[in-house]
Amino acid sequence: MELESIYTDLILEHSQSSHNKRHLDHADWCERGHNPSCGDDILLELKWKDNIVEEAAFTGSGCAISQASTSMMIDLINGKSVEEAKHLADTFLAMIKKIITEDSDLEVLEDAMAFKNISNMPARVKCAVLAWHTLNEALKNKKVNEKI
Amino acid sequence: MKNFDLNSIRKDFPTLFQSVNGKPLVYLDNAATTHKPQVVLDAISDYYRNFNANPHRGAHYLGVTATDMYENARETVQKFVNAKSTREIIFTKNASEALNLIAYSYGMSLIEEGDEIVICISEHHSNIVPWQQVAKHKKATLKYLYINPSFTLDMDEVYSKITDKTKLVSIAQMSNVLGTIYPVKEIAEYAHGMGAKIVVDAAQSIPHMKVDVQDINADFMVFSGHKMLGPMGIGVLYGKEELLEMMPPFLMGGDMIEYVEEQSTTYAQLPQKFEAGTPNVGGAVGLAAAIGYLKELGIEEIHKHERKLTSYALSRLKELPYVKVYGPEQLDQRGAVISFHMDGCHPHDVASIVDTYGVALRAGHHCAQPLMKYLQAPATSRVSFYFYNTINEVDILIDSLKQVRKWLGHGA
Repeated sequence: MELESIYTDLILEHSQSSHNKRHLDHADWCERGHNPSCGDDILLELKWKDNIVEEAAFTGSGCAISQASTSMMIDLINGKSVEEAKHLADTFLAMIKKIITEDSDLEVLEDAMAFKNISNMPARVKCAVLAWHTLNEALKNKKVNEKI
Repeated sequence: MKNFDLNSIRKDFPTLFQSVNGKPLVYLDNAATTHKPQVVLDAISDYYRNFNANPHRGAHYLGVTATDMYENARETVQKFVNAKSTREIIFTKNASEALNLIAYSYGMSLIEEGDEIVICISEHHSNIVPWQQVAKHKKATLKYLYINPSFTLDMDEVYSKITDKTKLVSIAQMSNVLGTIYPVKEIAEYAHGMGAKIVVDAAQSIPHMKVDVQDINADFMVFSGHKMLGPMGIGVLYGKEELLEMMPPFLMGGDMIEYVEEQSTTYAQLPQKFEAGTPNVGGAVGLAAAIGYLKELGIEEIHKHERKLTSYALSRLKELPYVKVYGPEQLDQRGAVISFHMDGCHPHDVASIVDTYGVALRAGHHCAQPLMKYLQAPATSRVSFYFYNTINEVDILIDSLKQVRKWLGHGA
């Protein structure tokens, strides 16, 4: 396994950048994501405007991979509709599982394409997918809440 | 006693000679599980190839031989821990099951509302969660002994937390995170003075030091086979005979009964009373072979070599200004487990990156979340040595840690 393909400059840059790491003033929804076996723990905060993700941010702690993945995801979903955000999460998870492999189909993921090779490092897959599963949970809960 | 010749000792362990990611394996995760010497592998294989029958049943030759092998293994364990009788040695699947047995059998029947259970903040989850359940169901209080800033336990903390309300104290003799060795003999003496019983979790200590249950005066003691060269799936509960006698069985079924009527049952004598179902004979035989190997090597020699490794590793880690060690500095207060944090490097990244250099270490909360919270450390990296590790492997570890800093963009 090549470390170069995992610890890329892009991933390191995102893991050390704090531009998405903060609390939102008036979040509409907070979703906690946790990997109990290793301790990655994030709180994803979301603010909706109608059907649009107006703003997203996160707090918490974890390894370079979990932090970079969360930050990239937030860059990607800001300003997107709920359906688009859901589609991006599904695309990311399908990329990790190698269900979608064509670069042309993955381009929508932008920087997050950097995790395409994470399955070569099986112990770290859960770090990369944490934020995206957390997003899916948040979107699911949003839907449930609206029905109520 | 064998001559402590590292080169020839290492040759006894076939799994040590392999490459990982193109580099020689440097296995530093012995607190999780140890590798197995050829004699242990042979003993297990010999049992299944040549004997293999259900013990305590039937009169045929293989059945009788399997029973003998299983009961001989029990006697080996009894002598190893200096128990008074083989009736005090119960085979379980691991230390966790042994702790659950004590919690469910002793705890649920003999701990009452208002009683106190005292454990240490550095316990493994296996020595926390069962007691939380007992406390909850019996409306008892679970109290913690807190360590001091030097990662050791002050006896004043023991004196203030263990009171005449304390029914049970349960403590690991050695922390799987900090490496701290706790004065269980002194704690046992004080607990007994208050009328409490003491459980000693020896899972981390017994692979590395002499554990004499009579000397400690432990009421119960537990350990796992796989952390001391034995196979996975075999563990031991030691209990004082008079306590085991008064406790109800934990698991019900075959092999633990005397007479079964339609509506009632009388139970077998110790130790069978606590061993329901077909036991792990192969595991017990493997564990006995592991004990034989350790005895031949000499626990004193093992301790001496591990102390050298620990001392060297601590001094080399000190050379790295970005490393903080969580654990006692004094060698006589600690075992060969070193937890640390590298500034700017998350432990998961540390573990993944050193793995590419062939180094196996553990990252995470080490099944001790309350301790991590107490230390305000979300996770640590942990190296843990066994007697087959070498000084050269410590050097490889240090070099690979320097590489981690580079990979994560911090320079060397």
